[in-house]
Amino acid sequence: MAVEQSRRDFIGMAFGGVAAVGGVIALGAMKKTWDPLPSVQSAGFITVDLSPMSEGDMKTLQWRGKPIFILKKTADMKKNEKRDVVAGNKDYTVIIGLCTHLGCIPTWTPATKQFKCACHGGEFDASGVNTFGPPPRPMDIPPFKIDGEKLVLGEEGPEYKKLVSKKA
Amino acid sequence: MAEYKKADGMIDWLDQRLAVKKLMKVMMTEYWIPKNINFLWAMGVVLVVLFKILIISGIFLLMYYKPDINSAFDSVNYTIMQEVEYGWLWRHVHGVAASAIFLIIYIHMFTGIYYGSYKKGREIIWLTGMALFGIFSAEAFSGYMLPWGQMSYWAAQVITNLFGGIPVIGEALVIWIRGDFLVADATLTRFFMLHVLLLPLAIILLIAVHFYALRFPHVNNQDAEEFDFDKEAKKYLDGKTKESKVVPFWPVFLSKDFFVVGVFLTVFFYLVCYHYDFAMDPINFEPANNMKTPAHIYPEWYFLWSYEVLRGFFFDIGGVAAMDIGLAAFGFANVIFMILPFLDRNPYHVAPAHQRPLFKYWFWILVLDMIVLTVYGKLPPTGNNAWVGFYAALTFIVLFIALPIITKMEAKCQGGDK
Amino acid sequence: MREFKILGVVLFFTALIYWGVEPFAHSQMHPHVDPADFAFKDLGATDKKGDAAKGAENFMAAGCIGCHGVSSQGLVAPMDNAAASVAFGVVPPDLSTAGTLYDKNFLIALIKEPTKALKVEHKFSEAKPHPMVQFFGLGGDINQEVADIVAYLQSIAPKDIDNKKVFEDACQRCHDMKYDKVFSTSQKDALKAYMGTTPPDLSMMIRAKSKDYLSTFINNPQKQLAGTSMPRVGLTEVSQNKVIAYMEKVGDRKKAERDDLGYKLIAYMALFTLLAYLWKVKIWKKVH
Repeated sequence: MAVEQSRRDFIGMAFGGVAAVGGVIALGAMKKTWDPLPSVQSAGFITVDLSPMSEGDMKTLQWRGKPIFILKKTADMKKNEKRDVVAGNKDYTVIIGLCTHLGCIPTWTPATKQFKCACHGGEFDASGVNTFGPPPRPMDIPPFKIDGEKLVLGEEGPEYKKLVSKKA
Repeated sequence: MAEYKKADGMIDWLDQRLAVKKLMKVMMTEYWIPKNINFLWAMGVVLVVLFKILIISGIFLLMYYKPDINSAFDSVNYTIMQEVEYGWLWRHVHGVAASAIFLIIYIHMFTGIYYGSYKKGREIIWLTGMALFGIFSAEAFSGYMLPWGQMSYWAAQVITNLFGGIPVIGEALVIWIRGDFLVADATLTRFFMLHVLLLPLAIILLIAVHFYALRFPHVNNQDAEEFDFDKEAKKYLDGKTKESKVVPFWPVFLSKDFFVVGVFLTVFFYLVCYHYDFAMDPINFEPANNMKTPAHIYPEWYFLWSYEVLRGFFFDIGGVAAMDIGLAAFGFANVIFMILPFLDRNPYHVAPAHQRPLFKYWFWILVLDMIVLTVYGKLPPTGNNAWVGFYAALTFIVLFIALPIITKMEAKCQGGDK
Repeated sequence: MREFKILGVVLFFTALIYWGVEPFAHSQMHPHVDPADFAFKDLGATDKKGDAAKGAENFMAAGCIGCHGVSSQGLVAPMDNAAASVAFGVVPPDLSTAGTLYDKNFLIALIKEPTKALKVEHKFSEAKPHPMVQFFGLGGDINQEVADIVAYLQSIAPKDIDNKKVFEDACQRCHDMKYDKVFSTSQKDALKAYMGTTPPDLSMMIRAKSKDYLSTFINNPQKQLAGTSMPRVGLTEVSQNKVIAYMEKVGDRKKAERDDLGYKLIAYMALFTLLAYLWKVKIWKKVH
């Protein structure tokens, strides 16, 4: 620049600062515009009534685009303290129905009381624990909350938090 | 190959690779602008700011808008306006900015006409500017269609119908433009393409040429004084900043522009939040209905003068149908501004209108005539309104036919070209 | 100072164009109409004092429940929505809230002469009768009988009804409010045949028409849209305002946020402009 400034340009810096702050706030509004819509966020919570289920029933539903398996355990299915979801004094397996190997959906075979994955032969027991094949870990448990005999998927209830800390 | 040595700082590193120091001088600190200007000279920067606002708000609208006749209206009025965080803000900003940009375009355009900034080396700036006006008009028209309200639909219907007036190819042309026999989904999606991609690219290209063309003849000044820019620049660089007739674009010219932009945006945001019906016509909040024309349809305000020229001729003259006369007049009106530099038969004499004995009357009569055309373009064309419209449209045509004559007369009085 | 003159000229012409294109043109396109008449003066006022207990008996004797349900009293409408749509063109309203929603004199006039009160005489005649049959009385003083019936309706209606419920009872028979997932109880095909056109969805109507327009329109549709099929519904001022408030909630949900943000945006820009001005003065001091 041809003209040298002998003092600090306070007003220039103040102006530049205010302009910059305005820009940042505008960026904040723009960030919020990218947020998932309220209708999408509310669809991320699903309530399932477990009371009509009989023992041995396996129910499949969709939550946030993923398959969810809910299995009401029979007397001869082993209890799994670390993974069972207890509602109305009954034990349930509540898992995200995706094989932890590479994401295929395993099939529930009531005869052998297992989830078998067709893709690479992985097998999971009635509690969703991996027993054979490539899957590295049990099927994941989705965040849930228990409300009497209803299961609310998407919310992290105290029972969920306990299970998650137990596994660790 | 350039010589590369160890850089003494980031600026020097970039300078060795991108010549940023020279770039800054050419574009900013040694781009010389006359001092003898007023706030009207800031309109160019205001336009750039508005265009930037339109693009940014447009980007966020584009995230949620659905260009399909079954989803368009709801994607705008439900999703964007009520579900998306700040969606209403981007929509209101986009609509108000689109209307405001035309006000500033007209001010900018008439500033150029007033001060003679369309001739003597500045013809290409003028031509690219008028081309920008045309492309912006197409951009506004295509954008207005997108919410798919009643006005969107019927404006599209009427304007695409106009092309049917072209002899021989008219009817086929209308169907080709629409992509269907009537304004339909095909029309919406192709105008969406134009609005979001093709026209903005054309605008950006034209703006680049517009800015480039401005560099050679330099920016004009209030008295159209011609002086040696290099000499004045040297004075400034030698420290004689008060004596010099020029100032650098950065920071001097832009500092005033920022102030003008600030005033403008303060009013702008008032309009965006509290007073926006003029830009977002209520009629367009009714979903498009191809079986029901609204009781009153009209284009956006910036098209009204042109619309009134179109419908100003409402009776047959000399065996020629009124509709055809109107169409011809409309075509004339939209093209005539383009050739203004060539209609001015005193092309090497630049002076502000108040120093031109005949042109100053021509200028103010044109301004008043266009205001009359604008207002009457909105009113129902019945009774006296139709006659006012007729005479106003006739005046417009006569003014431009007269321009070569009166500028030639001015040239004679001055005794030849300067 | 020349710059102020130039600014003055620019502002003058801008204001002139704005005035001509907006307030002036709109006043030409929409001539002034009289304000809403919530007294329904054209229907006259009763001088009878209604007896709700007698009204309850009259109500049953008059046969109203042949078409109308009164769900709050356990009286179910004889036909479901689909059958009613086919039979009448439109679902007859449930009368549980009618006593609060609608004006007393309007109701009295409506029972005696439906098409006159509803202002749809231009659409119905001997050849094409209105689905609601005129009440010819039970043998006594018809005006007293009707006043009693209306008193009964007023006695069973809750005093405070929420905005959405007012809309549902008064408007939902014909109109959708799809942005709130509310759809007309009458079937669209039947409605179209009955009305001549499909009643529009009202989700965005609060923005398509001004509040002023809606106030006068709902109170008397013929005032703004002569010849329309929409009946005058007879809402009281309180109930009508609730309908409009509901429409505002559905069609302009972000109004409060917009009003609030506006001040902040303007205040920010004012600060920006002040600083810009100060900086400009500083820069130009060296140059003037």
